Amino acid sequence: MKKLAFAFLLGMVLMVPVSGLAHKPSDSYLTLRFTQDNTLAVRWDVALRDLEYALGLDTNGDGEITWGELRIRHAAIGSYALAHLKIVNGGESCDPSSLRQAVENHSDGAYTVLTFELGCPYTHSPLTLDYRLFFDLDPSHRGLLRVDYPTGTQTAVLSPEQPQLILQPTAHSRWRQFLDYWREGGWHIWLGFDHLLFLITLLLPAVLRREDGHWRQVDGFRTVMTEVVGVVTAFTIAHSLTLSAAVLGWISLPSRWVESVIAATVLVAALNNLYPVVRTRLWVLAFSLGLIHGFGFASVLVDLGLPSSAVALALGGFNLGVETGQLAVVIALLPLAYVLRNSWFYRRALLQMGSAGIAVIAVTWLLERSLEVPLLPF
Amino acid sequence: MKAFAALLVPGILMTSSWSIVAAPFVPQEDSQVLERLLYPADTPEVRELRQWRAELSRQPHNLDLALRLAWGYVAQGRAEADPRYYGYAQAVLEPWWQQPPVPVLLLRATLRQNRHDFQGALNDFAAVLEIQPRNAQAWLNRAVILGVQGDYRSALRSCLPLSRLSTQLLASACAGSILSVNGQAQTGYRLLQDALDNSASADKREQLWAITILAETAARLGRVRAAEQHFQEAFRLDLRDAYLLNAYADFLLDQNRPEEVRNLFQNDTRPDAFLLRLALAEQRIGSPETKAYQQQLADRIQAIRMRGDSTHLNTEARFTLHLLDRPAEALQLALRNWTVQREPTDARLVLEAALAADDPKAARPVLDWLAETGLEDVHLAQLKQRLTGVQS
Repeated sequence: MKKLAFAFLLGMVLMVPVSGLAHKPSDSYLTLRFTQDNTLAVRWDVALRDLEYALGLDTNGDGEITWGELRIRHAAIGSYALAHLKIVNGGESCDPSSLRQAVENHSDGAYTVLTFELGCPYTHSPLTLDYRLFFDLDPSHRGLLRVDYPTGTQTAVLSPEQPQLILQPTAHSRWRQFLDYWREGGWHIWLGFDHLLFLITLLLPAVLRREDGHWRQVDGFRTVMTEVVGVVTAFTIAHSLTLSAAVLGWISLPSRWVESVIAATVLVAALNNLYPVVRTRLWVLAFSLGLIHGFGFASVLVDLGLPSSAVALALGGFNLGVETGQLAVVIALLPLAYVLRNSWFYRRALLQMGSAGIAVIAVTWLLERSLEVPLLPF
Repeated sequence: MKAFAALLVPGILMTSSWSIVAAPFVPQEDSQVLERLLYPADTPEVRELRQWRAELSRQPHNLDLALRLAWGYVAQGRAEADPRYYGYAQAVLEPWWQQPPVPVLLLRATLRQNRHDFQGALNDFAAVLEIQPRNAQAWLNRAVILGVQGDYRSALRSCLPLSRLSTQLLASACAGSILSVNGQAQTGYRLLQDALDNSASADKREQLWAITILAETAARLGRVRAAEQHFQEAFRLDLRDAYLLNAYADFLLDQNRPEEVRNLFQNDTRPDAFLLRLALAEQRIGSPETKAYQQQLADRIQAIRMRGDSTHLNTEARFTLHLLDRPAEALQLALRNWTVQREPTDARLVLEAALAADDPKAARPVLDWLAETGLEDVHLAQLKQRLTGVQS
């Protein structure tokens, strides 16, 4: 050991901190560009010298890296690089696609240029970027990041000490942000099938009224509309209240419990159609059960990530979006229901059998959601 | 020419963000060479490093093996002037990095020194010397850092133990390197010359270091012919050494021999320092290549700046002064560099920039320092004269 240290003694002296002695250190150039919604265009320039050390490119060992040698390693380079870059959004990773590679000569040598697209769940909310390329091999490596937003540019240096960065697409205008949340809210009504089913179940009997144990048709579209608007508004007000309370952190309920109770509300609504208990003031039912749906929406909104600067804006947009989605459903279905309300098809097939079917689905959900943990002891 | 070049590179260094301008291409032929490695896989150094790396991956907790590999990387980094290898060395020692045993502490100090984290390096060397007061390596590196910082008295004190702990040549080179800049250049020169005469069988690296100091000292004393002879003597040792090449290139530029600088670096512009000197030579020759080299250098400086490294200040100041012809900006960079390191070239940069910027007052701290240390250097003396002439 002593001999070894001595042998290198001189080597070190000569590495005297002489000005400008060094070569440019190892860097990669990572450029992200927000393109269309939920997609990032990525360009990543990685030095062949670094890849040579990490993966070995000079297959024939002649000291020259040719295009042929690089090309046959493209797959390995792609998976190596992508394994060291994660962009996460709302708990989900953005998926890379259409990966291509070309070559670029930078001032200090040749780089392979990876271009690809990242499909993210949502891009109007903060994205977490996690960069680990070469840090295990060369802690002095740096990722030079540049993010192009529609209205500006952000740059950062990624290092082993700071491998993560939150990308805040704040460059979106407030109006744009509002629209984004509005769209997410409307969209959620379509994706969150349980909310939609609940609403439909509540509205199915709106074109009819109960008399002496029989369904009778309601006369006049106006009366029907009043009933429907009442139900939808009550539902909206209820879930807006709890959604806001949950997002602002005033009330917090376990999501498994919330999801189970939401399933239960669908069941209650369906059973009420089959064995009517609440007959006249359906809006009361919509309001009381709607309260729990708000907690369900809240989990979505929290996943989306709330811009701290615009909580009210996001909440308002999202709520209005939910409302819009609901109205779209109502507008599409109500005229049809009104026309068909006197038919056997509507009363038997849709109202009775439909509600029974919905009850079955709701029971299945309820079991699935509440028994998430297997009960069997193995 | 200079002004023209400056116009062509408008504000490249002023922007804080970077962007990729050129478009990537897809080569047509598989045989097209994209990158040349300085040391191909079949060179003994590389083969050895690969073999050690493979062994270490099988026994990752073998400290002796890790140290051998790490020092191998450091040596290779020095030969290629490529800081990547210092990163590799650090990664190899990662398991011991936070609570380093003495050998790892030494290596960590060396890497910090390379990164111009002088205070961190001095702390590490002090920690080594506390445990092993007879560690020659720590004394030597400590002397070198203190010398670069301009603390010559402490540097000389750190050279003293070497006469007992190490070879005569090394001890003399240590002392000679300090004496040559603190007003006793003649003494230092004689000391080194004697030591070299008595150490014909000494280690080649030790000889190279000593001869390089001799050459630089002779050049500073204005003994051009002696300096040229020492440089040739150093090259005859046939060790690839970036420091020697840079020192020789500066000497050639001072002697107005830019064609020789071009021959020296034309085929190796990897290190920034080589590229800078090549660009300066091309500019002197008046060749059209100047612009391309200048752009390359600008790109690199920008990337290094973006990383937040301070190792580039000297290069950047010189680039800004001589290639971009922006003296005021160069002066600021040179002064900042002066707070980090105080070698004769660093002093010279400040004086040249102050003169070009017509701001002799800014050179005051350096002039005072020169008077205090008594540094003998014909170029500095000329600059000093011109500056004080301007002032009066």
